[in-house]
Amino acid sequence: MGDHGPAQGFGRWLFTTNHKDIGSMYLWFSFAMFLMGGVFALVIRAELFQPGLQLVEPEFFNQMTTMHGLVMVFGAVMPAFVGLANWLIPMMVGAPDMALPRMNNWSFWILPFAFALLTSTLFMEGGGPNFGWTFYAPLSTTYAPPSVTYFIFAVHIMGASSIMGSINIIATILNMRAPGMTLMKMPLFVWTWLITAYLLIAVMPVLAGCVTMMLMDIHFGTSFFNAAGGGDPVLFQHVFWFFGHPEVYIMILPAFGIVSAIIPTFARKPLFGYASMVYATASIAFLSFIVWAHHMFTVGMPIAGELFFMYATMLIAVPTGVKVFNWITTMFRGSMSFETPMLFSIAFVILFTIGGFSGLMLAIAPADFQYHDTYFVVAHFHYVLVPGAIFSIFAAVYYWLPKWCGNMYDERLGKAHFWLSFVGLNVTFFPMHFVGLAGMPRRIPDYALQFADFNQIASMGAFLFGFSQVFFLFIVIKTIRGGKQATDEVWENPEGLEWTIPSPAPYHTFSTPPAVK
Amino acid sequence: MKSSAATKSIVARLLLVTVGMFGFGFALVPLYDMFCDITGLNGKTNAEAFIPLADLIDTSREVTVQFVATNNDYMPWEFKPQVFKMKVHPGEEIETTFYAKNPSSKAMMAQAIPSVSPSRAASYFLKTECFCFNQQQLAAGEAIDMPLKFIVDRDLPSNVNTITLSYTLFDITNGGAISGDSLVIR
Repeated sequence: MGDHGPAQGFGRWLFTTNHKDIGSMYLWFSFAMFLMGGVFALVIRAELFQPGLQLVEPEFFNQMTTMHGLVMVFGAVMPAFVGLANWLIPMMVGAPDMALPRMNNWSFWILPFAFALLTSTLFMEGGGPNFGWTFYAPLSTTYAPPSVTYFIFAVHIMGASSIMGSINIIATILNMRAPGMTLMKMPLFVWTWLITAYLLIAVMPVLAGCVTMMLMDIHFGTSFFNAAGGGDPVLFQHVFWFFGHPEVYIMILPAFGIVSAIIPTFARKPLFGYASMVYATASIAFLSFIVWAHHMFTVGMPIAGELFFMYATMLIAVPTGVKVFNWITTMFRGSMSFETPMLFSIAFVILFTIGGFSGLMLAIAPADFQYHDTYFVVAHFHYVLVPGAIFSIFAAVYYWLPKWCGNMYDERLGKAHFWLSFVGLNVTFFPMHFVGLAGMPRRIPDYALQFADFNQIASMGAFLFGFSQVFFLFIVIKTIRGGKQATDEVWENPEGLEWTIPSPAPYHTFSTPPAVK
Repeated sequence: MKSSAATKSIVARLLLVTVGMFGFGFALVPLYDMFCDITGLNGKTNAEAFIPLADLIDTSREVTVQFVATNNDYMPWEFKPQVFKMKVHPGEEIETTFYAKNPSSKAMMAQAIPSVSPSRAASYFLKTECFCFNQQQLAAGEAIDMPLKFIVDRDLPSNVNTITLSYTLFDITNGGAISGDSLVIR
């Protein structure tokens, strides 16, 4: 192969099997989806700026909440992490490429079709999916708009893409490591992705089964979720959350890996408790399979069920606490500096912990009867997903972008982006805790007058946060087009094989495996 | 780096897991029913007629049985128990009826789904005959008294003194889909 370069023109992207090309495409696709999902969110926040119905019809509002959730979860966060995995895992384990490069191409290229299918529903008669991203039956079966079938097939395609991506990642990590790279020497990003990939393979097929049952109920006269035919709508929630709860860890475990790579670099200390980080990640993954019904405390479970799921959920705080402890201890008495990736990582640790605490409050079954389906839940999961998943992706982009394109980003602009995002995010989501505790239900286009002030604040924060991300796009494009030449190491003594290759990373790396001490 | 044979074997195994988990998603359906059956959660009662073995009546004990009838969304029928509440002895076979009338202008099919509360009493509430075992068809304007025969098991836990049997009536004229007519009637 040697210094054989990429093909020219659009064909390069269409037919590429190069992990770096595919990683870049995943990241660009995910950013496009992030902006689209963001526009949906801004429609929601604009409507909620004041009580009463101003801008959109309630039916369209419901489509916006549904599409915002679906696009952000399946279109923005998951592909971004897969993109990072594509770029980084081969470089981190000293492999020349992913184990299955052709399948890699396919698992990316079916995604745009899935989302074209999904977004096209907005223009159909009866509108797009309007039943919330959790698509509870019978709302998503008996009472669904006709476009629900397109939604079902879109989910099938997304699932196929995720499963293929995961198989590829596991095969790469298990089979392609450079000699000497034992499992317990792997960077934590590789470890967390290995565990995430197993989670994906375990639960994406269950999601596929769940939407297939919906499809059969809608078109083939079965009654999986239809009480009139002997089925049970509560069964839907069990099947969905059996997928859904591991899914939320799928969206956060790779973030743990990213932050575990960045904090040691800028604290100038090795990561505290590497082995405990690995075991904590594995424990979280295991626990994620036995807590699903904490999303369903109010469906009428027996007391034994409520107690089991309450205690099992609270148990997750233990391995998560170990992780937060390790990050803080890594920073403790370190020689810290605060470049943009570090700022995002520190914000991750603080704000994710806030989201974790509100999660503990929600885990208390008797208290959950008050919080259930209120804005408190919205505040909780946005605190774990925005400064959790999204901030870790920003941190990763700032941290590795100089390696990818060979240019340093503008530190001043990066910091400005951080502070705009940080302020915007907190102004948006913190007030939601208050309106939620005061009883404002989620997924409604109108609300009682007493919630007006906090909603106005949240809407202003949302627009600030939203437009800050256009600024992020500008920073990334500016960095790719030029800027200070990055050194091969980029940062001061960063750990990992990816820093031993030149910046920008050549099209083919580690054609001969590196030696790992 | 290992050989492509190793990669093939790992891919084969992971694909097997994928297929297995897809099957597991469907297996959750019978597992869920079985779990509810064993634990008696969800208030599910017997779906087929119970055949009494011996008629030993425990006259020393009285249990209150309440009947509730609910229409599912958009179901236009009149539906109510003829007797709302009765006292029964465990072991005694009781007969009562539910009244249903189809006030719409066309023939309709309905299915009643029972649920017992408290759910731990569900497995002790034994129906020997029930209109819920069959679908009900009524012509436009037709009315019917639908029979229910049941026995409260003598092993009913002693701290259960009241059992509520609730029926929800579903319109299944179009196989469970909401029919345009019933939307108008509502």
